[in-house]
Amino acid sequence: MRKGMKWAVSFMAAGLLLAGLTACGNSDNKDNSAGSASSKFASIEQLKKDGKVRIGVFADKPPFGYVDADGKNQGFDVYIAKRFAKDLLGDESKAEFVLVDAASRVAYLESNKVDIIMANFTVTDERKEKVDFANPYMKLSFGIVSPDSAPVTSIDQLKEKGQKLIVAKGTTAETYFTKEYPDIELLKFDQYTEIFAALKDGRGAAIANDNTELIAWAKSNPGFTVSIPAFGGQDTIAPAVAKGNTELLNWINTELETIGKEQFIHQAYNDTLNEVYGEGYTDELVVEGGKVE
Amino acid sequence: MQNSGIEVLFEGSNFERLLGGLLVTIEISFVSIVIGTVLGIVMGLLRTLNVKPLQALLRLYLEAFRIIPILVWLYVVHFSFTPLLNIDISGETTSILVFSLWGAAEIGDIVRGALQSMPKHQEESGAALGLSRGQLYRYILIPQAIRRMVPGAINLATRMIKTTSLVVLIGVIEVVKIGQQIIELGVIKAPTASFWVYGFIFILYFAVCFPLSRISRRVERRWQN
Repeated sequence: MRKGMKWAVSFMAAGLLLAGLTACGNSDNKDNSAGSASSKFASIEQLKKDGKVRIGVFADKPPFGYVDADGKNQGFDVYIAKRFAKDLLGDESKAEFVLVDAASRVAYLESNKVDIIMANFTVTDERKEKVDFANPYMKLSFGIVSPDSAPVTSIDQLKEKGQKLIVAKGTTAETYFTKEYPDIELLKFDQYTEIFAALKDGRGAAIANDNTELIAWAKSNPGFTVSIPAFGGQDTIAPAVAKGNTELLNWINTELETIGKEQFIHQAYNDTLNEVYGEGYTDELVVEGGKVE
Repeated sequence: MQNSGIEVLFEGSNFERLLGGLLVTIEISFVSIVIGTVLGIVMGLLRTLNVKPLQALLRLYLEAFRIIPILVWLYVVHFSFTPLLNIDISGETTSILVFSLWGAAEIGDIVRGALQSMPKHQEESGAALGLSRGQLYRYILIPQAIRRMVPGAINLATRMIKTTSLVVLIGVIEVVKIGQQIIELGVIKAPTASFWVYGFIFILYFAVCFPLSRISRRVERRWQN
């Protein structure tokens, strides 16, 4: 018994040591970024010298970021990311796509494993503390999708017992419901693949997520409808860079203005989103030149 | 139009991509198993020595890998430790690192268990014959211990192969992730694709793990006497 105690104590000590180490690490990083930003991030000059820019995109979220049957990155985010690479380094093939998950987007920027995140990244105050957002290229609200046989037409319906709401971990929808509706029971999954599978299996009453995502999914899955198309205010989607990487941030903002003059985001919409949402939604979704009217 | 969803496996280069993903899975697990086994044997031997501080240290190491989920290790090493030390290593390298260390911890315990389970008279008889400590290990204890190690080691190997499905969270694109990419792309055209893709992945995992079980059984039977 006493021996057991001894072990328990030493493990706890080891745990604390580990926690201490990582905590130190974080503060060290912050010192670095405050002191000598240039040493931590690759400068634009450095990116040009390397001939590549690392852009974090989704691999399983059509039509924004996905991998096609030939293994190539495609989608709305990717389309714009390629243009960035072309204007920054002269060739769109110089974009090195890093495939990220919703929950690890911030970690990728914080650990400097990507230069830009273009993975349908919704701007939030919480995230702003950890990464720097450029101006937006898209706007959206939340939506709720549910089966036609048992449509959820008001959020209050979800407060009833046994009505589980499905969300993906690390998304703004998860944060919104945890904060605003703590009495709604949430069913959380890591991957986007899983939330749709869960709704189909009837493990939950509805999915809450960005409305775009759901409009597109419901359109191609008969038997399911976006029963609440928009609620919870308007959000914007923007490219993000590591905290303190002002040089790249400014470049992206200027770039968004430049390509805004030729209505490039509209073109991206036409080429990647039209077949999924239809033309009717362009003005609701697209932000041109980085400015929301 | 009747669309069963199985075609999705052969669309474009999907089939080759899945096999390519399997290769990543195999690469990570097998490299880790080899490194883990070598380190683990050394560690197992060290743990049978009666040196108190060393014992405590190795025990702590083992428990750290047993208690902390591998997912946490991957995350901490990839996003905290390596950037902290200013090393930029790929997700694959991180995975191999973490899996090797995990393998070393577990194999070390298997080796220790096998050695310590040897009846005391084996050791004493050897000593009575005038064998040195090294000879004792080499000719008497280790050959017998290996036989006892096989089931545990094979079990660990198959567990490692299956656990590689976690490495997707640090950006390594292995077979399960490619499967999910294909399913998501197919969602629009073939909603039942998930059944076929996961079914195919099941067969791939089986094809890798089943031979290991067979080898384990054969080895055990051969060394029975």
